[in-house]
Amino acid sequence: MEMFFGQIINGITIGSIYALVALGYTMVYGVLRMINFAHGELFTLGAYMAFTMIVSMNLAAYIPNAVVALIVMAVMVAGLVAIVGVLLERIAYKPLRQSGRLAPVISALGASIFLQNAIMLIWGANYKVFPEGVVPSITWEIGGVSITLMRVLILSTSLTLMIALYVLIQRTQVGTAIRACALDHDTARLMGIDVDKIIRLVFIIGPALGGIAGMMVGLYYRQIGFTMGWHYGIKAFTAAILGGIGNIPGAMVGGLILGVAESLGAGYISNAWKDAIAFLILILILILRPTGLLGERVAEKV
Amino acid sequence: MTLLQVRDLSKSFGGLRAVNDVSFEINKGEILGLIGPNGAGKTTVFNLITGIYRPDTGQVMLASDNLVGLRPNAITKKGIARTFQTLRLFPNMTVWENVMAGRHVRTRAGFWLGVFKFKSEREEEKHIRETSIEYLKLVGLEHLKDELAKSLPYGDQRKLEIARALATEPKLVILDEPAGGLNDQESWELVELMRKVRDMGVTILLIEHDMEVVMNISDRIVVLDNGEKIAEGTPEAIQQDSRVIEAYLGKEEEESSWHF
Amino acid sequence: MKPLWHKLTEMIGRTQKVWYVALLILVLVFPGMTTSYWTDVAFFFGLYILLGLSLNIIVGYAGLFNLGHAAFYAVGAYTTAILNTVLGIPVLYLLPISALAAAFFAYLITKPILHLRGDYLAIVTIGFAEIVRISLINNIGGLTGGPNGLLGISRPELFGMRLYTPTHFYYLVWFLVIMVILAMVRLEDSRLGRAWNYVREDELAAEAMGIDATRTKMLAFVVGSALAGVAGNIYAAKMTMIAPESFGFWESVVIFSIVILGGMGSIPGVVVGAFGMVVWPEIFRGFAEARMLIFGAAMVLMMLFRPQGLWPSPRARRAMESQKKSRPSAKAGTA
Repeated sequence: MEMFFGQIINGITIGSIYALVALGYTMVYGVLRMINFAHGELFTLGAYMAFTMIVSMNLAAYIPNAVVALIVMAVMVAGLVAIVGVLLERIAYKPLRQSGRLAPVISALGASIFLQNAIMLIWGANYKVFPEGVVPSITWEIGGVSITLMRVLILSTSLTLMIALYVLIQRTQVGTAIRACALDHDTARLMGIDVDKIIRLVFIIGPALGGIAGMMVGLYYRQIGFTMGWHYGIKAFTAAILGGIGNIPGAMVGGLILGVAESLGAGYISNAWKDAIAFLILILILILRPTGLLGERVAEKV
Repeated sequence: MTLLQVRDLSKSFGGLRAVNDVSFEINKGEILGLIGPNGAGKTTVFNLITGIYRPDTGQVMLASDNLVGLRPNAITKKGIARTFQTLRLFPNMTVWENVMAGRHVRTRAGFWLGVFKFKSEREEEKHIRETSIEYLKLVGLEHLKDELAKSLPYGDQRKLEIARALATEPKLVILDEPAGGLNDQESWELVELMRKVRDMGVTILLIEHDMEVVMNISDRIVVLDNGEKIAEGTPEAIQQDSRVIEAYLGKEEEESSWHF
Repeated sequence: MKPLWHKLTEMIGRTQKVWYVALLILVLVFPGMTTSYWTDVAFFFGLYILLGLSLNIIVGYAGLFNLGHAAFYAVGAYTTAILNTVLGIPVLYLLPISALAAAFFAYLITKPILHLRGDYLAIVTIGFAEIVRISLINNIGGLTGGPNGLLGISRPELFGMRLYTPTHFYYLVWFLVIMVILAMVRLEDSRLGRAWNYVREDELAAEAMGIDATRTKMLAFVVGSALAGVAGNIYAAKMTMIAPESFGFWESVVIFSIVILGGMGSIPGVVVGAFGMVVWPEIFRGFAEARMLIFGAAMVLMMLFRPQGLWPSPRARRAMESQKKSRPSAKAGTA
């Protein structure tokens, strides 16, 4: 039973990271109807930028409080990754908005390959290891299950960001504009919404969240590699599909479900097949219920 | 002799009854007009016959074959061809290749024959090309055969779609608003073309907004309103029918195209 | 042979015919002119042309976004490796069997996913390919050798001659390349080739023409995968050992890039793409590390400025030209 709860907590932790990354996929899909294949690389970029700040620049030394230092760095990572996200949209996607379905997909794939290799050339092909103790290793025992500060931080950060995003989308004027763009660009434009600006905003929010997720993975597992974005990317995408792509709460729920399923699968079935579980879920959902668990049933258009 | 029999056809979307207990018949060799105000259910009936939707209840019989449950391509094979209301040619392929698409269902060569080009394949390929040209001649486009479909003027694209549909050797061809977007000259050419097609022995189901075209060419007309059949008869009878007039007068946007 | 010759001359034009003959002669005499190192490079060039042509059927002709092509390549290679090492069947006999195995595998897995739209199909094919790779690593059935793969695949024998030098394999692969190109030229202009194009252009309209779109797409996967299986057989024979890491997502991306960069649906495009992927980094060794960086950037730039590819198919070229004339055309419609 302890193992069970341990796996659940583990799953929720990793699931909340999937959820953060999934939000980027789902928001871009919502407004542009395209899969941003390069999103996983933005996640990786977040991890590497955090690495540079923590190890190469030793930023934490300038800020006495560890938690404050982490927050400052997270904000910087989010900002830098968001800049790359905006550039990505501007260069690789915006010019292709009118050119059918396939060109943006290929462009996104190219951007993904480019970014991944740029990261490899900048930081090198070897794994980077975060030092110990960036996040103080504090552990609590609750009912026989040990919970580390790191996990608490990941969960609380993810939850805070997700709630903030949810409020932004549902309760503010900007959120209404985003939702309007997700429904129909032309109508949104007629209502006086600057669609280009909204799309840019989506490419700020999504990559910023992805970047923070990357940073948290770096701190949590302490080891990062330039291909990690592919793995996390496809799992986060699975989470987005699972919850119904384009559906923001869906991405959150999907991330958590996937994280827990994977963690239980790894614990009770086999660790070697852990990754296959995510892919199997992805395939089954796409075949059986492409609108996802929470997605709207879109009438089949002829 | 009845070619197509539509019997008690119903289809709902959500709670909305798009088509309610519609029955009609198309006789071999005639041109049947299917009309009705916007939202009357014409397109749904169309999609039910061509296999895009599956009816909730009812039957569609082509001669003695029940078409319900067949996929669109199987229905084409049975002998019903269609055109699209919004043009759906193969835009980046040539005019000739577009018509060859219609020959596909009446020919056989697959992978091995395509690779090895045995005599039977070469003969079939020659046959595909030659017959396709005949259909292009029928609609008067053979001089444009090597142009890309998307580079043709709109009116010619309409004609090309009809040629492509006829190339499947249908018993029945369903034309979905073929006069849409055409000028008077082109509409007149279209009417001539439909006559020619009928004289070739192909039965026509015409779904059309342009009343002049429908009244001019149809042997009989079926009128739908709110998913139900409200009248059926000759063009003259339909023009006198009080329920039809009421249905159309109720919808203002249709008045302009309604000539008495 | 006459009609084929006509087709070829039609395709390449009279003046270019000379160039093709010159290229053919170059292919024939190349190993005699160079070192075994470059003969090996030329072998892999040919191998990737085969892989590119196989994916070109799926992506180029039928418009199906397959980002998991390495899986079919892997099935071919592992079929050869397993049947050869366990049962001792000669490698060249396994060539058609590997093709069949890959084709059958494609038939099984694509059956439920063919209705998926472009980008979703891409994702699902990635998923299947990853499951294949993970299965190979986990040594399914105790047959695949786990992460280290299989070794000790025997050398192929042809007419009593054992093939083992780079030159032998060079001729084997280029013989297949030429045969497959000839087959593709014919297929492009056949009933099936057109059907693939119809489905790619507008699936609903193709169905209305009586074309079974599902079956047609399936055939593209089956034929393309069979050819990838052939490439897998040759690869296994050449390397005498194979491991799962050779068939990962990266491999799929490389093959996909070959098709896209050269120009979807274009046979010379595949050759150009494979040259860029395989030979070009060998010539400019200094850039070898940056190979994929440059290719990623090229894919983006290509979509922005030259979406038809470096050497587009005649059809894509015509489509581009007529777009430049910018005549009004009706919307093709979306489904």
